[in-house]
Amino acid sequence: MSQKLLLDYGSGGKASQRLISGMFLKYLGNDRLNRLDDAAFLELSGPISMSTDTFTVDPLFFPGGDIGSLAVHGTVNDVAMLGARPRFITCGLILEEGLDMDVLERIIASVGRAARNAGVEVVTGDTKVVPRGAADKIFINTTGVGEIFVTPGPSGHSAKPGDAILISGTMGDHGLTILSKREGLSFDAPVESDSAALNHLIVRLLQEIPEIHVLRDPTRGGLATTLSEIALQSNVECFIREKDIPVREAVAGGCSFLGLDPLYLANEGKFICILPEKFADKALEIMRSDVLATNAQQIGEVRKDHPGKVVLETPIGGHRLLDMLEGAQLPRIC
Amino acid sequence: MCLAVPMEIKSISNNVAQVEVGGVANEVRLELIDEEPKVGDFVIVHAGFALRRLDREEGLETIKLFEEGLNLELT
Amino acid sequence: MNSLEQKLKDPKLCRSIVGRINEELDGELRFMEVCGTHTVSIFQSGVRSLLPDGIIHLSGPGCPVCVTHEREVAAFLDLAERKDVIVATFGDLMRVPGPNKRNLKAAQAEGARIKVVYSPFDAVNLAKEHPGDKVVFLGVGFETTAPTIAATIKIAQEAGVNNFLVLSFHKLVPPVMKVLVEDPELAVNAFMLPGHVCMVSGLEPYRFLADKHGIPAVVTGFEPVDILRSILTFIRMRNKGEAAVTNGYVRAVADGGNPKAQAIMNEVFEPCDALFRGMGSIPAAGLGIREAYGDFDAIRALGLTLPDVPPLAGCKCGDVLRGKIRPDECPLFKKVCTPANPVGPCMVSTEGSCAAYYKYQI
Repeated sequence: MSQKLLLDYGSGGKASQRLISGMFLKYLGNDRLNRLDDAAFLELSGPISMSTDTFTVDPLFFPGGDIGSLAVHGTVNDVAMLGARPRFITCGLILEEGLDMDVLERIIASVGRAARNAGVEVVTGDTKVVPRGAADKIFINTTGVGEIFVTPGPSGHSAKPGDAILISGTMGDHGLTILSKREGLSFDAPVESDSAALNHLIVRLLQEIPEIHVLRDPTRGGLATTLSEIALQSNVECFIREKDIPVREAVAGGCSFLGLDPLYLANEGKFICILPEKFADKALEIMRSDVLATNAQQIGEVRKDHPGKVVLETPIGGHRLLDMLEGAQLPRIC
Repeated sequence: MCLAVPMEIKSISNNVAQVEVGGVANEVRLELIDEEPKVGDFVIVHAGFALRRLDREEGLETIKLFEEGLNLELT
Repeated sequence: MNSLEQKLKDPKLCRSIVGRINEELDGELRFMEVCGTHTVSIFQSGVRSLLPDGIIHLSGPGCPVCVTHEREVAAFLDLAERKDVIVATFGDLMRVPGPNKRNLKAAQAEGARIKVVYSPFDAVNLAKEHPGDKVVFLGVGFETTAPTIAATIKIAQEAGVNNFLVLSFHKLVPPVMKVLVEDPELAVNAFMLPGHVCMVSGLEPYRFLADKHGIPAVVTGFEPVDILRSILTFIRMRNKGEAAVTNGYVRAVADGGNPKAQAIMNEVFEPCDALFRGMGSIPAAGLGIREAYGDFDAIRALGLTLPDVPPLAGCKCGDVLRGKIRPDECPLFKKVCTPANPVGPCMVSTEGSCAAYYKYQI
């Protein structure tokens, strides 16, 4: 039977020390972290991109990833979207008493692997253990920083009428994967989470394309919600064509009987890129050459007719609003 | 109301059918369907129960006739 | 993708039908659907934006969430607070506002045990997993859903699961349509009949629309071609001065419906008077659990009564459901009443016509 996590491990005493050296340094160690000072000593220059996110997911392990890799990818991607090279991340853990040590070790190993692949160092961290029931197994907070290397960098406020709207691949893979594993709702879907670090591809795009106005990752709330945010921030209309939005057959199938819309499902390894039309083909070529974006597509363009709104052209040629999501989507029967 | 979708039957045992849509597999109960379904049939599923067999040939035929009618009128 | 599914969404075919609709439409045609899935399909597919101005689309009392009465909502919210009860429900009911803006989501946050299930059958499994508790399934829906719950009660009985209960607020479509068409102020020229309700009940219960009231009605599927074809049928019937109840969804609906599902539904349930939101009590428009299955009836087993609650002030959902006003003609629409802060159920339900207007109308 696996050893269980005790409250002592968060006490700051010898048990905490064992956890730090036996697990955290083993999987996450690097010159900065290994010093174990009160804070990390970092050398950064110029404008900085910084982002923080807290991760809770049920189940902890899912096809295509786990809470550890997700916590790294989510923050690395957010930092990169501002036109930055992510360099360092932090890792704060809130653990529930009684958590299997094996489970914790698998997650920390996954954090280490994901950080190495993304090319970032975990430079500081924190662990708290709370009594059983006060948290659900494990919550992870990561904060990331990176150096911005393009000015002006991409921003949600910079979409301009005439710009092309591109997405890097299929929509809803992560959201449907998680739903399919939810207790009480389990069904078998041949689909995996798309959780991935996008920073290497983002850096390449920004280096090779002279002008990119917006980069955003459509995570919670999906494509519909993220595009609505951009339309509001930039005070423009985002016009998109449903037939050009790639959605896997399994995601469409799962959504059909649960009464859900793939355009509102979360993605964890995709991004929206809005840029002048003349650079669209080049950007798509770069994206499609990367395994993370082989299904990249232009899905529409920025217009000025309905500022603050996303307008969807349906496959039969009708038009409708694509509104922001109100709360989480619930499976429905009617 | 009444979201119901066609799913294809892959196997049947004990009043429960394994069904698929777009590669997504699920289970549905057969207590309510009025004709014995076969593997390969499409059934219309609502809230975990198959309610009727979908007659795809009939569906295609209806549309074909309708479309022909429309075209006749247009010419 | 196979050809039937492609054909039913074929843009070219849709355009030809819209072309015919434009040519053949004479004056204004007000049609009403009585099915939330139609409401959503018509908006989501973009069909609505393709229709000429002369076609007025109205959404009637066809969303089970929207027609669930405030007293019924109050009853299940009270139920959720009981310590010995686990409430099992379709996701649809989670945000329906009751008195004082309470809803199941809020009750859950306060500690009520509420479980969203995909099938009523899942609630029986939940009951097996919690033998010390009573698992009460909230039975809402029309003739499509009621048989699935009847079958589930029979399965629970055979399996000897005695802690599974159903709170039956099921409603029947024909009686409420009777109330609609008998209203002297009714301004509907044609009815789009709910395809999946008719899949169970068949066409017979709807013949009175044409025979007695001279209103054409077509049983309709949910794809763009199905919907447009029915609208063209309405126009053609009217142009010829005819009214009939016809089946435009033959691939799924037999004229006699599904006799097996009807039999199971009738074995477990019996017609009873039912409360409809904004419309009041309608005779024989609901389904109560028969005495033979009384052990599974939450009302009998737990001694539940429907609390008296004042109607929602200013809410015009009743007029919307009767097709008297469009959602955007309600003074609360988009001002006081939004999906984030819904006053009435037509705004909270994904299928509600107010929510659809808010969400899809450019």
